[in-house]
Amino acid sequence: MAPVEDQLRVVGTSLPKVDAVAKVTGRTKFADDLFLPRMLHCRMLRSTTPHAEIVSINTQRAEEHPGVVGVLVGRDLPNPYGILPVSQDEHALCLDKVRFIGDPVAAVAAIDEETAFEACELIDVEYAPLDSVADIEDALGGDDPAIHLYGDAHNVHKAIALEFGDVEAALIEADLVHEDLFFYEGNTHLPMEQHAALADYRPDDRLTLWSSSQTPHYVHRALATVLEMPASRIRVIATPNGGGFGGKSDPFNHEIVVAELSRRTGRPVKICLNREEVFYCHRGRHPTLMWIKTGFKQDGSITGMHFRSFLDGGAYGSYGVASTYYTGALQTVTYPVPAYKFEGLRVFTNKPPCGPKRGHGTPQPRFALEVHIDKVAEKLGLDPARMRLDHLVEPDSVTANYLKIGSMGLGACIEKVVAESGWNDRFGKLPEGKGLGLACGSYISGAGLPIYWNNMPHSGVQLKLDRGGGVTVFCGSTEIGQGSDSVLAYVVAEVLGIDPFEIDIVTADTSLTPVDLGSYSSRVTLMTGNAALQAAERARELLVRSVAEKWDVPGVRVAMAEGQVFDVQDPECTMTFTEAVVLAESKFGTIGTVGSYTPPRSPGRYRGAGVGPSPAYSYAAAVAQVAVDVDTGETHVDDVWIAHDIGRAINPVVAIGQVEGSVYMGLGEALMEEMTYRGNRNVVHHHPSMLEYKSPTTHEMCRVHTYLIEDPDPNGPFGAKEVGQGPLLPIPPAIVNGVYDAVGARVDEVPVTPQKVLAALKRKAKQEEPREGPKKALTFDWPDAIQVPPPWAGGDGRALEEGREIGGGGVRA
Amino acid sequence: MRRPNPAGRLDFMASFGSAIEPRVNGEPYAVAVPVHKTLLEVLREDIGLTGTKHGCELGECGTCTVLIDGQPVLSCLALPAALEGRDVTTVEGLESADGLHPLQQAFVELGAAQCGYCTPGFVLAARALLEGNPRPSRAEIETALGGNLCRCTGYLKIYEAVELAAARMRGEPAEPTREMLYGAG
Repeated sequence: MAPVEDQLRVVGTSLPKVDAVAKVTGRTKFADDLFLPRMLHCRMLRSTTPHAEIVSINTQRAEEHPGVVGVLVGRDLPNPYGILPVSQDEHALCLDKVRFIGDPVAAVAAIDEETAFEACELIDVEYAPLDSVADIEDALGGDDPAIHLYGDAHNVHKAIALEFGDVEAALIEADLVHEDLFFYEGNTHLPMEQHAALADYRPDDRLTLWSSSQTPHYVHRALATVLEMPASRIRVIATPNGGGFGGKSDPFNHEIVVAELSRRTGRPVKICLNREEVFYCHRGRHPTLMWIKTGFKQDGSITGMHFRSFLDGGAYGSYGVASTYYTGALQTVTYPVPAYKFEGLRVFTNKPPCGPKRGHGTPQPRFALEVHIDKVAEKLGLDPARMRLDHLVEPDSVTANYLKIGSMGLGACIEKVVAESGWNDRFGKLPEGKGLGLACGSYISGAGLPIYWNNMPHSGVQLKLDRGGGVTVFCGSTEIGQGSDSVLAYVVAEVLGIDPFEIDIVTADTSLTPVDLGSYSSRVTLMTGNAALQAAERARELLVRSVAEKWDVPGVRVAMAEGQVFDVQDPECTMTFTEAVVLAESKFGTIGTVGSYTPPRSPGRYRGAGVGPSPAYSYAAAVAQVAVDVDTGETHVDDVWIAHDIGRAINPVVAIGQVEGSVYMGLGEALMEEMTYRGNRNVVHHHPSMLEYKSPTTHEMCRVHTYLIEDPDPNGPFGAKEVGQGPLLPIPPAIVNGVYDAVGARVDEVPVTPQKVLAALKRKAKQEEPREGPKKALTFDWPDAIQVPPPWAGGDGRALEEGREIGGGGVRA
Repeated sequence: MRRPNPAGRLDFMASFGSAIEPRVNGEPYAVAVPVHKTLLEVLREDIGLTGTKHGCELGECGTCTVLIDGQPVLSCLALPAALEGRDVTTVEGLESADGLHPLQQAFVELGAAQCGYCTPGFVLAARALLEGNPRPSRAEIETALGGNLCRCTGYLKIYEAVELAAARMRGEPAEPTREMLYGAG
């Protein structure tokens, strides 16, 4: 049995992270810190044109260049791959066509990086240019050549239509129907560490790849597919990531390329992308146009909602199908939506591919929903905080789209930030130029279904106890700075009553550690935590049985804490943890246990029900205080009060760090970060550098007042829910709502640049609608919506179509 | 990017390569490198001190910060040939036989290093600040660290860590506050 709450000694305590000393002393080895004897350096030649057929590639001059050891082109690696089974549309090097500026067409391995650079310049590529597709509108126009030969319509990767209940009827019942159009510009992760990978192929046909990847398990699978090698001969080791934020979650072309170059040259091959290439790798936030129409009762309750999203996917599938579903999935988990219709599509364009960035597909619709509600509150004469508080989704309920809600602490979050920010006395009452904005959010604690269909655990942990008292935890999880290694140590230490800093952690190594699906979808604390809990409890059981037998007492009397084992009824009767392990090893042989975790099955049975379910949902509410300069249009955030319903903080100081980092990243997205393009048809990256891609420095960062709301969720280890992504969600809408409170300007588009604020203020001065944002809704011939009756209409989670189950296959998150 | 120079390349290195003797973390090194090789590259590739990281190699992110005679310098823009006789300090030079530097210790206690990739640069920039200003205001810390980007922390735990370390370096018995470790309220 797990220790009960009042006996927790490790969980809930703000301890250092287990890898903190290595990080502050420079000992942590990131991928580019690895050097092997005879190592070659790899550079990739990238497309200089956004859309073209490859007529010819001549590598002869490069091959003859002194110091060049290997050269690859697309036909050397012809097998396609991609993170989602439904979007296997990438090649390690372009085969016959390039799809964006930066798409790699060839690769060189040479004795040093400079020689590889030089050799890339000696490769002659002849392109036959095609018209390029610049944005969503362009793609839907249908006049341009197809970027891919698959998808739901011409240059439409995916089109989704789902309806839960009769939305049209629900809107008729409403006292107020409000419609809005929003745009959320794309932005990128900008991890401080540039992606790097090192491959080492041995003549006995074994390959090791070290890579800054958040998902070594998926890289492992992609390498096996593309290299046509048995997975059992491939070992992928994810080095600690120098920041990920979702940007290192795809299997990447450069990882496959160095592996193949190593196989061909028989030497280790390393690549470290330069910063410009990191911008091309991208997989960041999808630029998203959103239309929302909602019916409200006078009291602020929602009668029905119709939401449409249009995502600019860039040149490849990546996680895009899941991203598209996510733009429609979580609208229902905060405020009850009795009838809900979602239509979403993702287009292909000739730009770097978009994918999952912190919040994966949900910050855009959350921004839209929370600003939409702010406007409606004003129209209905309701306080925006009160309106939300009066209409909260119930804990232990099921939403219209069949998401099973467990614990739900949003009410407590709103109350906390309202009280601490002085909302009731200050909202709407600050001097001109200063304003308060409030918004909420919710996020999954891990996806309910794996990316590829299987019935195996999502996370596995092995535990080894040795007779010296040492404990080693083996788990496939990947440390990206969020503290996943530490969570394993804390959970095991808590159960075994030992010091977490005495535990060895071995993670993210496909040969040594059981599979964990990876550091994405905020799944790691909940899933690896539960797996570690199970493994540790099984180890504890072996120790307890051995000790109980020796002392001749019932097992329930044996307790473990602070490295000691003792009889709860006879405090004199003790032994050390190490002595207990020796007893257990004497009785049972070598002590090793395993634990695994599979999420509970979600009630949704319709096609698309795979995206959105989670073992637990986190909730967050934030109030932002902003200052807007009406002369320059500049917005500065002074303070953010944020409360996050975390279930339980395994380590509060680490959790606070995640909240503060999320606020920071949300602030950047709200005010300045944007992946924009220029040049011929808008497909040349505007500023692929850290200087010109504006991200918040110390000068732009705001004060943050963080409140952790702890209401343990039964599905979380010790009650823990996620904290890595959810706290970002309320930040952009809170800031945008604050800008309205400050100067009466509605900016329905992020980032809120000075130009946009000034444009809205100019209209305000002319007595026009004081708004800046997208003006034109796009049209699309949507497919007939899959009809799924909600639970309160007698639905059982299936779609109506002939009363049979049509879900089960398809897409997962 | 340099123009292709296939034939002349090895000659180029031989004739223009330079033998330099930088003093790094108080210890003398002797390396022979092409003159255009940056201090960042020499530290990481020739001397093996990989604690110094890089985020852009263009002088934009502050990640590769090292100290030269105590002053923060972007090692990706510094040429070692110009550093004869000067003292280079990297993150590896901060700890001593007594343990961590107070800044490192404070970063550990407050979770100021998340992914840890920008951390060496921040710790060194902060050390340079505290050398000249043992009691910096929050605004002075923000300014001193304004050239270093961090994508994980939002900088706040870093400020707190610098303040905690500064207090300890002044000899005050400072400990993290409850709010730093457990949140407001």
